[in-house]
Amino acid sequence: MGVYGFFTRRNLITMLMSIELMLNSVNLNFIGFNKYVWPNKMDGLFFTIFIIAIAAAEAAVAIAIIINLYRSRQSVDVENAEEMKY
Amino acid sequence: MDAFFTLLKHELLVTALIFILLLLKISRTIKNETLLPLIQLLLLINCAAGFFWNEQGSLFDSMFYTNPLIALQKNILNIGVYLISLLFTDWFKKTAHLAEFFILLLSALLGMFFLISSGNFLMFYLALELATIPVAAMANFDLEKKVSSESAMKMILSSAFSSGILLFGISIIYGVTGIINFAELAAVVNNSTIQLLAFVFLITAFAFKLSIVPFHLWTADVYEGSPMPTTAFLSVISKGAVAFAFITALYKVFQPVAGVWYNMLMVLAVITMLVGNFFALRQQNIKRFLAFSSIAQVGFILLGIGSNTANGAGAVVYFILIYIFSNLAAFGVAAIISAATGKENIDDYKGLYKTNPLLSWILALALFSLAGIPPTAGFFGKLFLISSAAAKGSYAFIIIAALNMIISLYYYLKVIRAVFMDKNEKPIEKLQVNVYAKLGLFICGAGIVLLGLLSWVYEYIQAVVQ
Repeated sequence: MGVYGFFTRRNLITMLMSIELMLNSVNLNFIGFNKYVWPNKMDGLFFTIFIIAIAAAEAAVAIAIIINLYRSRQSVDVENAEEMKY
Repeated sequence: MDAFFTLLKHELLVTALIFILLLLKISRTIKNETLLPLIQLLLLINCAAGFFWNEQGSLFDSMFYTNPLIALQKNILNIGVYLISLLFTDWFKKTAHLAEFFILLLSALLGMFFLISSGNFLMFYLALELATIPVAAMANFDLEKKVSSESAMKMILSSAFSSGILLFGISIIYGVTGIINFAELAAVVNNSTIQLLAFVFLITAFAFKLSIVPFHLWTADVYEGSPMPTTAFLSVISKGAVAFAFITALYKVFQPVAGVWYNMLMVLAVITMLVGNFFALRQQNIKRFLAFSSIAQVGFILLGIGSNTANGAGAVVYFILIYIFSNLAAFGVAAIISAATGKENIDDYKGLYKTNPLLSWILALALFSLAGIPPTAGFFGKLFLISSAAAKGSYAFIIIAALNMIISLYYYLKVIRAVFMDKNEKPIEKLQVNVYAKLGLFICGAGIVLLGLLSWVYEYIQAVVQ
């Protein structure tokens, strides 16, 4: 779902949300494996906690950049961000 | 406690630098003119200190691992960062937030150090994020320019996407084996389908960071839009760090499936070279041109990584050292010209030799080295890469690689022709090159020439790798 969203959405905020969705699926993966496959290990849980923290940091930087982009362009649509092409 | 300090020396030094800069930033307002030499001095000390007391060992329950080879790789990155601080003096003097820029740069460097010495997927992931998120912020440093924020946006979205893929791969590996430690994982990796699926996800993430071809589309845009020092950092330091980490991951963890990734890497290497070279042919902007040429160079690095021998690893380290010097020299010249005149097109470089012979010679030297022409070090770097790959067979790929060198020669020489031979009514006027930038350019030029001529450098690297 997240990958699908990333490739189809044209709004930067929604693209960011799609990435969060991907990361959440990974979190679910880790938690599920940890609970049902490796119940006596803790690595998966730790990994999940770190992923959540990093995702927050990443979202903060990304939103800062998007706000800056919005200021200069008055839009958060990727179609408008096409200054550079080859 | 003692081992803690010696093993973590590189990381502790960079952390100390970050704290010094933070304190300087909050304590009082310092002019860029006084702050910049201070930063350069600190980075030089950091660079020199890296060469002493390098030992082997692991820390934090084998999450962190280091040995002389890893220390050498960190030293190479340190040298690159020091050169960046010298070469882009013009840009640094103009920017309003010099301390913040270096704090971000050093944070990314810290992330790369941990990335190279990580012994665990958790550490690996954290380090990778630490190495990419600050770079995205650095890409946005020309706040008022539209292209800068556009490139930063492309960078952060593609890197977040690739780390999502990486995490998915790691989670599959965890689900199958229950292990995230590299050393333990090496014992259980096998050819089962699900593990190969996870492995492909991991390779994809690496390919994004190294801009290997199917995943290279962000590279040129990010390089063009970012400020020059960020572009140089991204193309040289971060690429080198990821290549070193790639070697560690492939040779240490995925050695049991070497037969699978050998073919994969060879095909990727050849495609990367071809696409990089053919797109570089038609570029007009010097930054885009260098972006595609660096994609082509990554193809050669992959060729060396694919050889899967200690020799190949040594050749990659040697090549990256040379690549740092030559690429930084090219970016340095471009940055001096762009800071003074704002011109970034190759056509604007016509007749540069008449007005600025020094810059022209350095640029020519750098491009010759990137193209791999004999007297320069770049030739030896490529020679060792190709010969280490040839030791493994598959000559078809190597012939294509050699043909690619000829294609690349064409577009490198096109720039050199523009600089030296083409006439121009209004060439770029004579530029006053800053002392620090001049020093940086001389170090780069000396590096390009001497690294090829002094055989002990290569022998030293090979001795460390073995």
